[in-house]
Amino acid sequence: MYFSTRLLVCIMLEIKNLHASVNGKEILKGVDLTVKKGEIHAIMGPNGSGKSTLASVITGNPTFEVTKGNVIYEGIDLLELDPEERAGAGIFLSFQYPIEIPGVSMVNFMRAAINAQRKYRDEEPISATEFLRLMREKKELVEMDTQLTNRSVNEGFSGGEKKRNEIFQMAMLEPKLAILDETDSGLDIDALRVVANGVNKLKSNENASIVITHYQRLLDYIVPDYVHVLHDGKIIKTGDKSLALELEEKGYDWLKK
Amino acid sequence: MTNSKTDIQTTTSRKKEAVVLEQPYIELYEQNEETIHIHSASALNHGRRKAFEKFKELGFPTPRVEIYKYTDLREPLGVDYGLNIKRMNFPVNPYNVFKCDVPGISAYLYFVVNDAFYPMENRKSHPLPEGVIIISLRKASEDYPELVEKYISKLAEKHVDGMIAFNGAFAQDGFFIYVPKNVVLDRPIQIVNIMRSDVDFMANSHNLVIVEQGAKAQVLVCDHTVDDVRFFSNRVTEVFVGENAFYEHYKLENVSRKTTEVSTLLIAQEQNSNVLGNILTLHNGITRNNIEIDLDGENCETYLTGMTLSDGRQVVDNYTSILHNQPNSHSNEKFKYILDEESKGGFTGRLFVAKDAQKTLAYQNNKNILLNHTAKMRTKPQLEIYADDVKCSHGATIGQLDEKAMFYMRQRGISEKEARMLLMYAFTADVIDNIRIDALKDRIKILVEKRLRGELSKCEGCSIC
Ligand SMILES: Nc1ncnc2c1ncn2[C@@H]1O[C@H](COP(=O)(O)OP(=O)(O)O)[C@@H](O)[C@H]1O
Ligand SMILES: [Mg+2]
Repeated sequence: MYFSTRLLVCIMLEIKNLHASVNGKEILKGVDLTVKKGEIHAIMGPNGSGKSTLASVITGNPTFEVTKGNVIYEGIDLLELDPEERAGAGIFLSFQYPIEIPGVSMVNFMRAAINAQRKYRDEEPISATEFLRLMREKKELVEMDTQLTNRSVNEGFSGGEKKRNEIFQMAMLEPKLAILDETDSGLDIDALRVVANGVNKLKSNENASIVITHYQRLLDYIVPDYVHVLHDGKIIKTGDKSLALELEEKGYDWLKK
Repeated sequence: MTNSKTDIQTTTSRKKEAVVLEQPYIELYEQNEETIHIHSASALNHGRRKAFEKFKELGFPTPRVEIYKYTDLREPLGVDYGLNIKRMNFPVNPYNVFKCDVPGISAYLYFVVNDAFYPMENRKSHPLPEGVIIISLRKASEDYPELVEKYISKLAEKHVDGMIAFNGAFAQDGFFIYVPKNVVLDRPIQIVNIMRSDVDFMANSHNLVIVEQGAKAQVLVCDHTVDDVRFFSNRVTEVFVGENAFYEHYKLENVSRKTTEVSTLLIAQEQNSNVLGNILTLHNGITRNNIEIDLDGENCETYLTGMTLSDGRQVVDNYTSILHNQPNSHSNEKFKYILDEESKGGFTGRLFVAKDAQKTLAYQNNKNILLNHTAKMRTKPQLEIYADDVKCSHGATIGQLDEKAMFYMRQRGISEKEARMLLMYAFTADVIDNIRIDALKDRIKILVEKRLRGELSKCEGCSIC
């Protein structure tokens, strides 16, 4: 009894037999995944296997329809919550393709996000000075160009700047569960180190990360506890970090059969 | 109020079965022509008969008239309005009715009640610079007849438009602004139009603005209604902008849903002049803006922008024409609409480039967001380009809010409602950024935000500016 309660507390995210489709086409075909606090999970797999779809479904993107299965996050039914409620509960997605929002300044966007999340936790809005201090601190952490936060959200940012901006937002919002969807692709080694640093700084016994990537490169910096291979909407193999190296060497075909 | 039916001429003879909407107005004119003359700015009387004949010929526009196909004025024109032909003073102190304030704008502030320029003896506004005149057109016709007659109706009379002709027949007064050569006004002129009546009421006014060579003026026209009756406002404003002059015209409309406004703004630019027009419709009933800008000299710059936020059954139709009559000028036009519920928007962007107007640069853009399936937008670029060495572009889009951006914001914790608000606000940002009066820009930002949050549904005590 004691043991199982402890186990429950340790589990952050539990996905069971998750099926999801878009426009009637099934993309996820029964995904099972359990993430405990303090863990880092890597999800790898060929293009089009459903990795981004999984991230979208966890975060509540209305484009995708869950047709079967359930997702429990910290003991609550995640699928019942709106995307903003999930964010408020501590789930963050670093988008594979961050969205440009012309006319909405980074500053206003960040302030709105922070205050919304604070409201969700019954906290007071952030003060102006505290907000500025936080912005400065996190920009330094991810080595982001100061000018970028004066611009509209992602507008005219280079690919690398967009990715860095995702990590900046993650650092600002300090989520419990961070999902990084190919945050490493298109980044040079320098930027990669910054991204990894951002993730590692966030790592604690209370937090967890899901790192989606199809290069093993990032995993030199972020050491995963588990590596999963997603193929055709299902996790077909799970291993430790050595699986990533094996995939790097042999590709995915040997798993597909 | 003394504007009982005995003082105010009405068209009560009209009955439902009346076949034509024009008839009561034709009779009203014919029976009162002399009264109209006596109580009018004399400069408006010269062309009055001709305008009346033109109106008789054209009638009120119906959607069958090409240029009015997006606006149906027949219902509002069927209302039995009072007209203040005898120019009775409406006993109202606008300072009391209207606590008008754009914080920090410290404008030269004037009021127009219905179509009458409000006497300003006790005005608290700043003294005008030497030579600048801001008075009623009627007084201007008496005091500066040559100046007024040199310009009056020169632009309006070229138009073949029933509403403009009607205005020519019935308009008796308006405001007159004169900024002499090389005088730079250090603060904006703010004209607050207040519609005030106990009975359904129609106002026809004719305004004249002259900004001479090298002068600079910013005019902010705010439209308000304070009574819950049907109003019909038919206004013609002519603006003459001299060589090297700067002129900015802001029209900010925040009137009741029972108000119909037909507003014609005609601007003529001489060479090297710079004009900005910004047409902001925040709250209204039925609005038709006719805007025509004539670029009559070389190297003119023209920015024409506008924004509409509408819901309910609001109708906003902006019919715009920019005429490049001479070479080397640059025009940039941008209109944005956010339409909700059953509101209707119309936009026509007519761009004319004369045969000799080489090296013209002209950009036009109309972007629209429909928040609802029942809202409707009709947009039409109309390019008439007769020169060959020009750069012209136009674009129009009608769409919804960006779903991907919505999700991105919500993923960060921002509520759906707030995310929509931010996106709509962002959509209007470049029109607001085109406001060159900082205090007005700040005020508009707040008003737009309030409007988008639905906090400005009924004119908010008209404390818009
Ligand atoms: N919005 C969408 N509409 C239609 N099909 C989609 C959409 N998003 C993803 N898909 C399809 O779902 C499959 C999985 O895509 P995705 O989850 O992006 O894969 P991955 O991230 O593993 O590369 C692909 O076949 C893709 O074409
Ligand atoms: Mg992907």
